[in-house]
Amino acid sequence: MEFNPPLLTSSQRTLSLFPLPLHFPLEIRTAGEVEFPPPPKRHAPPLQQALNTIESTLVAMGELAADKHVKYILAVEKRKDSFESAVLEHLRMNGAYWGLTTLDLLDKRDVVDSNEIIEWILKCQHESGGFAGNIGHDPHILYTLSAIQVLALFDKLNVLDVDKVSTYIAGLQNEDGSFSGDIWGEVDTRFSYIAICGLSILKCLDKINVERAVNYIISCRNVDGGFGCTPGGESHAGQIFCCVAALAITGALHYVDKDLLGWWLCERQVKSGGLNGRPEKLPDVCYSWWVLSSLTMIDRVHWISKEKLIKFILNCQDTENGGISDRPDDAVDIFHTYFGVAGKTVAA
Amino acid sequence: MHGRPRKPLKPVDEAAVAAKAEKLRALQSEFLSNHQNKIYSKEAVELSAKLLEINPELYTAWNYRKLAVQQNLAQCESDPESVNSILDEELKVVENALRQNFKSYGAWHHRKWVLEKGHSSMDKELGLLDKFQAMDARNFHAWNYRRFVAALMKRSDEDELEHTQNMIDKNLSNYSAWHNRSNFLSRNCSVLLSNLMKKAAPGFTSKDEVLTREYELVREALFTDEDDQSGWFYHLWLLDQTVRSEFPLLVSSWPVEGSDISLPAADYLDGCASMNVFHYSSRNFPLVLYFNQSVRGVNSSTVSVSCGFNLNIDLIWKPLSSTDSQSAKVWATHLAIPDAELHSSEAYQVEVKVGFSQGIVSTTGVAYSHPSQISFQLHLQKTPLESGQDSRFGRIQWKDDCFAVYEPGSAEPDLVNLLDNLTIKNEVESTASTWQARIIDDETNIFRDLLDCKIGKLTVARLLTAYNSLRPLDKPVHCKEVLELYSELMKLDPSHYQYYKDNHSLVLLQQVTSSKESLLSRCFHYRDSTLSTNGSPLCLRLNNLAISQLGSFEKLLWVQMLDLSNNELQSIEGLEALQLLSQLCLSNNKFRSFTALESLRYLKSLKVLDISQNEIGSHSIDTTRYLFRSPLSHSVGSCDWNINYLSSETYWEAFFVLKDMGLTQLDVAGNAITSKSFNVFLEKLLPTLKWLDGVEVN
Repeated sequence: MEFNPPLLTSSQRTLSLFPLPLHFPLEIRTAGEVEFPPPPKRHAPPLQQALNTIESTLVAMGELAADKHVKYILAVEKRKDSFESAVLEHLRMNGAYWGLTTLDLLDKRDVVDSNEIIEWILKCQHESGGFAGNIGHDPHILYTLSAIQVLALFDKLNVLDVDKVSTYIAGLQNEDGSFSGDIWGEVDTRFSYIAICGLSILKCLDKINVERAVNYIISCRNVDGGFGCTPGGESHAGQIFCCVAALAITGALHYVDKDLLGWWLCERQVKSGGLNGRPEKLPDVCYSWWVLSSLTMIDRVHWISKEKLIKFILNCQDTENGGISDRPDDAVDIFHTYFGVAGKTVAA
Repeated sequence: MHGRPRKPLKPVDEAAVAAKAEKLRALQSEFLSNHQNKIYSKEAVELSAKLLEINPELYTAWNYRKLAVQQNLAQCESDPESVNSILDEELKVVENALRQNFKSYGAWHHRKWVLEKGHSSMDKELGLLDKFQAMDARNFHAWNYRRFVAALMKRSDEDELEHTQNMIDKNLSNYSAWHNRSNFLSRNCSVLLSNLMKKAAPGFTSKDEVLTREYELVREALFTDEDDQSGWFYHLWLLDQTVRSEFPLLVSSWPVEGSDISLPAADYLDGCASMNVFHYSSRNFPLVLYFNQSVRGVNSSTVSVSCGFNLNIDLIWKPLSSTDSQSAKVWATHLAIPDAELHSSEAYQVEVKVGFSQGIVSTTGVAYSHPSQISFQLHLQKTPLESGQDSRFGRIQWKDDCFAVYEPGSAEPDLVNLLDNLTIKNEVESTASTWQARIIDDETNIFRDLLDCKIGKLTVARLLTAYNSLRPLDKPVHCKEVLELYSELMKLDPSHYQYYKDNHSLVLLQQVTSSKESLLSRCFHYRDSTLSTNGSPLCLRLNNLAISQLGSFEKLLWVQMLDLSNNELQSIEGLEALQLLSQLCLSNNKFRSFTALESLRYLKSLKVLDISQNEIGSHSIDTTRYLFRSPLSHSVGSCDWNINYLSSETYWEAFFVLKDMGLTQLDVAGNAITSKSFNVFLEKLLPTLKWLDGVEVN
């Protein structure tokens, strides 16, 4: 019998559940490589085991107001009368990803009607293959990744014309290896990560010039070990996540000075236990995710105190009405709810 | 939603909010309909401006405006006045949007798009930037935009450096300005700095003058407020600039210069693990080169090996790096000595010449320009091995009573001699380090005044460590002080305990490996009933040191038997340099998964491995997974996939790490991953295995 390496091992599977890139761990297929067997069904036994572990850890560490957060997410989706909901309408695709992944992390994915969501997602697809943030808006790589991720979350990638979507993403690569966000040419290492992550989920990384993509990311590396959005741009934890994750997917983490970047990242933890995104900035729950996952990828996550971080995240919960905010007693939103739950899960 | 209070300060008029939201929705849908129908009338375009003032993040509206501009520009047939008024209008809309939200990606990009059409005066742009940067000196959009404008108007790096200087002078606590300064300096360090120095003080162009000046500048920030991180990373960068050797250099090698090595003839040991000190299988004799930095281009034309026998084929040098197949700090090859060439009691002089012909280059592109030569002797001993040699496969037990203190003179005079010569002498280093040592000395003295705070302690510890790195041939000084500083930091700043602990471990290992005496005090003879005293191997025991990170590998290339048990290790990254390792004990550490043990794949001589009592399989997040060379993202060479055991899927990482190893003894008990089926899997995976968890394998 022919033995093929599994697409994802149990620990990878577990990880794949948490991070922003859904099937983040390293699925790359280059031309001419052997066909891998289809991925195991979601919620295969190891995953369920992992979930149980997480749940028991949650119980042990207490206090993630999971039910409240689920209610909050469902309520946000229904509220149309707030000014915020109108302002954020153009990025509903991101919102869908944040909300639905949070539900998935809390093991409550089935409280939503996946068919309805998938139908809406497909209405956001543009003839170019890219997805818009909402119906009637323009396509952009930001929303294209969220669309791919939500479909992957529901195990419905088969509704996609993979060739068309991947051609759209690959078409945004520039001569120097960088990626534009859309046809209007804004360049940013966020888009490099998005392209690489999206194409790796679709198993189409062979459609871009990976070497140039990696070289561009390296050109955005700074002397503090971090990365900026363009060459010369200041290091920023969110940008570092994008660059480190893109290098991880493409097997190029040896370009990262792990000890130097690790020190910069671990010093993001401030006295309250929270993490900031740059030196001398306030802590913010969303950096729990950006910093924590970057430290995890370079194996330096033990350089911060996870207990203090978890305390900080839990303090940012609205225990009355659900949701998590950037800092204690600030207004909650779905973005921070997602990053808080994800950060808490990885830290636990 | 950043920084907005959860409970509004004033009671909210919900009806008013709903009405406002309703109005915005109406505007948005009218805009989307215009966009869809490609309506670019004056009213329609004005509507988009109105929307963007309320919501600058509405990216589709910026796209719409670009389409409108393109159409209008085409219609006005490049009448300069109309062109100007069209583009001016865009700049105005952007400015208004930025006033609403000056972190709006879409707005900044729209402005760049307009500027790229050759519009706006650069002075106006810089003026606008000054205004925004005065409001928020850390806004990275503004800094990025500034770089864009500076490049567009071809402002000199000196001018921009001066700008960072002004920003720093205004406020020492501006990390963004420090970042930009390091960015300019690192990009074009020599040219830029020398220009600067000419301006400042004609005649001074040397690197040390510049560094001294920069140290002074950043010191001001560090001493003004020691908790302010703005200068921390800049100082660390300066330190790195001070001590880092630009040139790739050979640091150490195996065999070491001048050593005598006894090889048993192939007939007796082929394919077996010899337990005798400095006896190797002659078919597979390793040569290792350890550089001070990652290099590429090590091959049979850049490294020539001559010996008394015919090598027949070119040697193939392999980088010992799990992540990069092109470059590495450590390179290895194996001398395969043909049987026919072997004559007993004959000595062969072997010479390894590194870098006499060009081709070895650092990853930054600097050529290896200090050729080194390593000479050593190979003795072939055709002594028949004692009877009952199979007992050499008796089980190794890592128990204290199996180890006897090393007695000088008892055996292995070779070893004692070579421990004196572990580090290769590089003349470049000693001449260049004078000014560097002076700078570091001065800096250390100044920072001793700051020893009551975290950054002061950390900086002094780093400076003292850097000082030692400049003098690789001398015994390190101040080790005790550095260890104490890190211990104090662990108490002072418990959140980052493990960072200090890891650094503490590295310094401890530097101390242990720094001298022959210190190394010998950790060398033991392994003795048990099955071994004759003659053949007792020498074991380096670095157990019970509480170390959490490994280092100083360049001093350990000679080690064959290594005991690292009872430490706090989570990774063995770097251990692949120890190509002679045949027995390794890693029990009672903190390894969390097999991905943390990837270096084992490169240890082709390894026969005995103990990884018992670790945490393999007990954590749901595998923090070494991403650094692990995955077969999913890399080619792994020839893999034999035709093995039919289903459990390989479950034990994929173990399969990947262990599959090609010729282990005879393995201990894995005391890990969450172990089970009956795991042991069955291991027995199938490792056909050479004689002992598994202390039980003889059939």
